[in-house]
Formats: sequence, structure tokens, C-alpha cells
Amino acid sequence: MKFAYFPGCKIPFYLEAYGRSTRAVLARMRVKLVPLEFNCCGTPVRDLNFQAFVLCAARNLALAEKHGLDILTPCKCCYGSLKHADHRLRQQSDLRREINRELDREGLWWNGDAQVKHLLTVLARDVGVEALARRVRKPLAGLRVAASYGCHALRPGNIVRFDNPLAPTIFEELVAVTGAEPVEWARRLECCGNPLWEKNNELSVSLMDVKISDARQSGADVLCTACTHCQIQFDAVQGRRPDREEPPRPTLPSVLYPQLLGLSMGLPDRVLGLSRNLVPVPELRNGHHGNSNHTSPILKTGA
Amino acid sequence: MFFDVVLKLSLGIFLLGTFLQVRRWFRVRIGPDAAAFSGWQRVGAALRGMVPVVFGRRVFSLLRALIFDVLLQTRTLRRDVRRWIAHILVFYGFLLLLVMHALDRTVTASLFPGYEPTLNPFLWLRNLFGFMVLVGVGLAAYRRIRLGRPALFTRPSDRTALVLLAVIVLSGFLLEAAKIVSWPVFHEMADEYAPMADEEEVRSLQAYWAAHFGVVFPDPEAFSADAEKTLEQGGEVHESSCASCHDRPVSAFLSFPLSRLLAPVAPFLNRARADRWLLFVHYLSCLIALALLPFTKFFHLAATPVGLLSRAALNPVTVLPANRVTRRALALDACTHCGDCTLHCSVAPVYRRIPNPDILPSEKLYSIREMVRGGSLAPGSMRALAEGGSICTRCYRCTTICPSGIYLQDLWIASSAGLALKGFPEPRVRVKQASTAEWAERIRYHTDAFPVHRNPSLPPRALSDRSETFEACIQCQTCTNMCPVVAWSPDPPGDVAITPQQIMNLLRIGLKELTLGSPMVWDCVTCYLCQEHCPEGIPVTDILYELRNLAYEKFRDLPEEDPDGTENPLLPGRPGSAKGAVV
Repeated sequence: MKFAYFPGCKIPFYLEAYGRSTRAVLARMRVKLVPLEFNCCGTPVRDLNFQAFVLCAARNLALAEKHGLDILTPCKCCYGSLKHADHRLRQQSDLRREINRELDREGLWWNGDAQVKHLLTVLARDVGVEALARRVRKPLAGLRVAASYGCHALRPGNIVRFDNPLAPTIFEELVAVTGAEPVEWARRLECCGNPLWEKNNELSVSLMDVKISDARQSGADVLCTACTHCQIQFDAVQGRRPDREEPPRPTLPSVLYPQLLGLSMGLPDRVLGLSRNLVPVPELRNGHHGNSNHTSPILKTGA
Repeated sequence: MFFDVVLKLSLGIFLLGTFLQVRRWFRVRIGPDAAAFSGWQRVGAALRGMVPVVFGRRVFSLLRALIFDVLLQTRTLRRDVRRWIAHILVFYGFLLLLVMHALDRTVTASLFPGYEPTLNPFLWLRNLFGFMVLVGVGLAAYRRIRLGRPALFTRPSDRTALVLLAVIVLSGFLLEAAKIVSWPVFHEMADEYAPMADEEEVRSLQAYWAAHFGVVFPDPEAFSADAEKTLEQGGEVHESSCASCHDRPVSAFLSFPLSRLLAPVAPFLNRARADRWLLFVHYLSCLIALALLPFTKFFHLAATPVGLLSRAALNPVTVLPANRVTRRALALDACTHCGDCTLHCSVAPVYRRIPNPDILPSEKLYSIREMVRGGSLAPGSMRALAEGGSICTRCYRCTTICPSGIYLQDLWIASSAGLALKGFPEPRVRVKQASTAEWAERIRYHTDAFPVHRNPSLPPRALSDRSETFEACIQCQTCTNMCPVVAWSPDPPGDVAITPQQIMNLLRIGLKELTLGSPMVWDCVTCYLCQEHCPEGIPVTDILYELRNLAYEKFRDLPEEDPDGTENPLLPGRPGSAKGAVV
């Protein structure tokens, strides 16, 4: 199995651990990743200029197509952006013509042959949950995980075709494979707040807090994300959030799904980078953050 | 005498310019954190930063950087072999010419006591080094022509540098060729070094030099009679008077063929004393280059090695904050405008739809340089720079690529934060400077200013332009009830101003511009809950995206002045527009 690897813009500098852990678990599952020099997926400029957004996304799709590869991205915003542009290009022939004229100047062309997949869909559908289960060496029994879905992979369902947009199960299934227990929580499908970080910080943090509170009330020891932006929000933004306020805001550490999966596969922290998360995962050991009294298995398995 | 004055003058300009430029490294302020340090504090921090280098283990990483990054330029080699070849050819070719040829009386002559510029290997080496520079300059020029915009921007400063190098080296070759063919030069030399020779001896020497050294005399027939004997005699004179300083010029593998090309016009050149003119051009172009060095991209010769070495010397984690600020100022000189960053820039395709060069890192750096050196830029240029800064995704690729080892990421983050403080924040922040109604008013006020879009940001047949997109709305409020932004707002009508369902309604009654500055449009987190749940299948989120695009285009093109001639208060950079800036 081979994919063009699309890390997106934020992984190389802001979330290196996501890239490294993703590559490690995929290598374990014999999924080959081909690095191509992709450009931005188009998400940030989508606020400013639709044409620029589609051109960015289409260039990536055309590049993958040129190499005869499908795209795998660990970022849900990249996924949504590429899927959306792909959908619009399929729908609108005049847009397609215009964009292809631009791509043609550098020898590229969008035909719609390259498929876009997210890390989670590749793991759940292409690799398969059973195959993953066979690789789990150190099940994370007793760890209660709140899987946060990430908006742009899930919605609009008719375009992204990730899972049932109203009642998805894919993330919980993947969490369950690691031996951890996915908790039920009401706000699992809502926004993490990151799109507004550094734009409207009050609202951004407030949306995050609502989710964190809900995950804690649902008994989760840890949040789990599979999106670069969600993780930046739940880790970097949460970690830097001012703690002066009274009453103190609830906190909950957040791990990336490939970190969780890698841990259950017995991959070392050097690869997974859990110790570098800003909201410290090892604190779970002392029960500072978890609602339950049990000891987190993360440390038992060598995080 | 004249050259002596010009040399001293250009040396003076060079030294003064270098001092001023280096002083700037400690004075130029980029980023909000820069205000905390005075120039002297930054000098102190730089000195303190050197302590662990000189007395610690970092000396090895410094050595490594010196050998690989500076001398071998492996950072360029890793990216582009052809460009590395070109740069190495120019760099070493010119450096060796400088040491062996320009400074021959001080360096070469003291190392090699028998040194004469017209002896081998120096004659041959000079041609080799000149050839290296020419090939390098040619490759560089070819690269700039082949790539062209929008991949690679060539600025006048890039052209000046290449032209100046080419003029120096070409005038050198021409000068050498003109001297080879020159009989006036021959006579000057003969008068000086073989004054005793009688007329016949001189004539035989002329014949010898015409035959073996390529001198073109006005009356070549004069030596034709009894040629063999004359040549033999000339050879003897040559051996006794000239040979100790002159090897045959054939080893000047470029100048000599060039002199053969010039031979047909040599009589004219000799009469006009072309050698003197070319010497003038050659010398003057060298001195101009020397004087200009601190003020042109040639200054990277100083700044780039300093940058590369400081990068190796400073621990990226423990680097003193003051040194971070100095490093940014240094970066502006260390950039060679090679354009590698732009060639690989993650948002470079955006430039093709929003034609603002400041989107591209190589050009943005240039604008930052203009801004900090001049204290500010024209408001329009500041807006362009702020836009470029906000479109950058901080993907870090340019920083990993930069052959000069510039920490570009830090430069982008700091300059954007600095611009936000000066009243040029991100669009999503900027929109909060006025209320929904004020924005609508302003846009309506300037309707005439937005005639036809030069670069329509929207797709053909935009959603918000077609009534069938939203006319099915039954005002059920599902979108509003789903919206986390509305839910967050303690007082929906005040904070969000307009809810998604109200926006659909405004579109239906044709009041699109009333929505453009609304916090709902700009605070939308694009979670798509509204769109997913709309019972009528209206693409609510996609419409909000479109309205943002449309608003951005209008805000971007707001004229400088209102129709009554007063300043437009809603332009970024105007008093009050820093309100809500993110620090």
C-alpha cells in the first residue's frame, strides 16, 4: 500500500510529533509514504479567496495524480480542504477549465484521479481494524479516551464522505483497537476552536473549554485527536492558556491517535513524542487530571 | 595619481558603509520584542553569546559551519547542484583573482619572489579564475532568465551584481587582449627594459614578438625580408631582455584567442590606445564594486558567513532574546535574493490569484528590509506586507531551505506581530474595528470604487449570487441553534450581530453588503454544523465562506480617501485600526 504523504503546513514546525508518530505506525502496518513537495492545502486562504484556495488544493491533487498516487493526510483540515476542492472541480466545468489552465503552465493537470484519504480512514478501511489489532502488543486497558472528531473531515458529509456525519463510529473503533475505552461524550463532533486562535482568542479558548469540560465530565482521562489543528489547540493552546482565572479552568491532556496506537504497539517515546506534549501526559499517573482513580496504563507501557 | 585617489575614496566609502551596515545589525528593530533592547544591550548580548563559543564545545560546531556552510556552501549544494556550481565558480574565481591578481604586489609577490603577472602559472591562472567567474555569472544569469516570474523574481540589485561582475571580468580579458596586440605597449616596455638595443635589434625583437607574442605592428611587411635570421636575432634579444618576465601569451587561453579576434582591428585599437581605456574601465569597475559592496547584495559576503556562524554558535533554545532580535536584522543583509524560498514556498500558488509579491518569502523579506530601513512604507505597501504576512502558513519550509541559513520563520512571526501592533492585523481581527453597520455603510459609500473585479476571488456562478442557493430557507433557525458561535455569544444580537439564519434572510432580500462586516461572518469557525443540519440542504457554511471572500476583496480595495476627501478611517494603519490587535 502506497500513498503520497501530505503532512500539511503545521506539522513540520508546530507538531513534529504527529508526523513522526504517523510515519512510524504506518511503517509498522507496511503502508509506504511517498514524500512529494506539496504546497498548502488551501485552508487558510479559503477565508480570503476561493479561487486561490481551489488552485492550491488542485495543484496538490494534480501533483499526486502525476505520480499516480492517492493522498494520505493526517490533518483533518487538509483533508476537508482537498476534498472540498475536488468536489467543486468535479461539479463546475468552468472552474475546472480555469484552474487547469493555470496548472498547465507548470505541466500539471487535474483529472480527478487522485483520491484523498485521511490517516483514520486508511487505518480503519485500507489497513483494517483486525490487522491493527494483531499488531497491538501492549493494550491500553483502563484508559478512558475522548475521541474528538474534527469538523472538516466529518462535514459536510456529502462532500467529505468520511463517516456518518451525524453518528460516526470510526474514531471510537480505532481507539478501542488500542485496548483503551472510548467514552461517550456529547461534544465529540464539535469545533475545537482552533480556526479562531490568534483571530478571536476569547472565543477560540471558550470553544475549547466547553469541549474539555464535557470530556472530563464524561470520565475521560485523555482527549484523542487525529487532526493537526485540533491537537495544536488541545495541547499548545491549552498548555499556554493563562491559569490565573478563578475558578481554574478544567484541563485534560490530549494525545494524537498515532501516539495512542503506537503506544499500544509498543513503539518507543522517541518516535511517538508523548513526552514533548505541552499538556503533560505523564501527569495522568498521579490522577491529577483523570476523573477515575485508576492508574493510567500509559506509564506502565513506557511513555 | 587619479587611480590612487579613486582607490582611497572607494576604500573610504567601503569602510564607512561597512561600519554603518554593521551598526544597523544592532539598531534595526523587527518584532514587538525588539523595543526592549537598546543598541548597546544588543552589542553586549552578542559578545556574551560568543563566550561559550570561544571557551566551549561550540567551537567545533562553529568550525564545522565554517568548513561546510561557509567555505563549501553545502546548504546550496543540497538544494541545487547547478546553482552551487555557479556560486562556487563566482565565489572562488573572484576570491582567487582578488588575492593573486588584484593584491599581487602585496600577496603574490611576497609568496613567490619571481612573480610577474606575465609569467606562468600566473598568466594561465588569471585566465582560469576569470573564466570561472564568467561561467558562474553566465549560469546565474541563465537561471534567472529561464525561471522568470512568478517562480523567480529578479530585482535591479540582482542585475547590478551580475552586470558589475561581468564588466570587471570581461574588461580584464579585453584589457589583456588589447595589451597583447598593442605595439605602443611593446615600445614602452622595450624603451624601459632594452634601451641599449640598436635599431636592428629592436626590429628583430619586434619580428620575434609579432610572431610569438601576437603583437600587431603597423608595418608587418618590415620584418618579412630575411625573416628567419631576423627571428633568430630577435630571439636572442628576447632571451636577454624580456624572457625573464614574459611567457608566451598562448597560455592565456581566453585572452590570447580574444587578441587574435581583435587582430584585424588592432591598428585602430593601438592608435586609440584601447589598452588605456580598458585599464580605466577595469580599474574603475573594480573600485565601484568595492565602494558599493556594503550597499548592494554583495554585502552578503560579510553578512551571510556571520549569520551562518552565529547559527552554529548560538544554541537555538538558550539564545538570548536580544540576540534573536539582532539575528533578524542581520538576516536582512544575509539574504542573497536567490529565490530558493519562493521556489519552494507552500503558499506560492496563492500569488497567482492574489498578485501581491509580498506573499512570496524572498519578496517579503525585501519589503521588510525597505520598511525597517526607511522607518515605514507607504500605507499601501504596509497593507501589502501585512497581507503577505497573514497568508504565510508558517510551514517552516523556507527556513529549512535557505542556503544562507536565515531563520526566516522567526522573521515572519516577528514582523507580522510588529505590523499588527502598528495597525495592520489579520483580516479576522481587523474586521472588529467597526460594527456591521459601519462596514456596510463604508462599502455602500464606495460602491463606485469597486467596478469590475480584477481578480474575482469567487468561483464562477457564486453561491451567494444565485437565489436558488438560499431561497429555500424556511427560517427554521436550525442553523442558528446548531451554531457554536451563536451559543457562545452571551447576547446574540449584540455580539454576533446577525445569525446564520438572518444572513440567509438578508441575502434573500438583496442586502448582501449588510452581512459583510458582521462578526457572524468573520467569527464563523467553519465547523459545518449548520450546513450539515439544514433541512433544506442550503450550503450555509459555504455561503459564509463566500461572504468572507467578498468582504475581504472589498476591505482590501477600500480607497485611501472618502469621496469628501477625508481619510478613510477603516483602512488598516489608520488611528483606531489597531483596536483588537492580537499581540
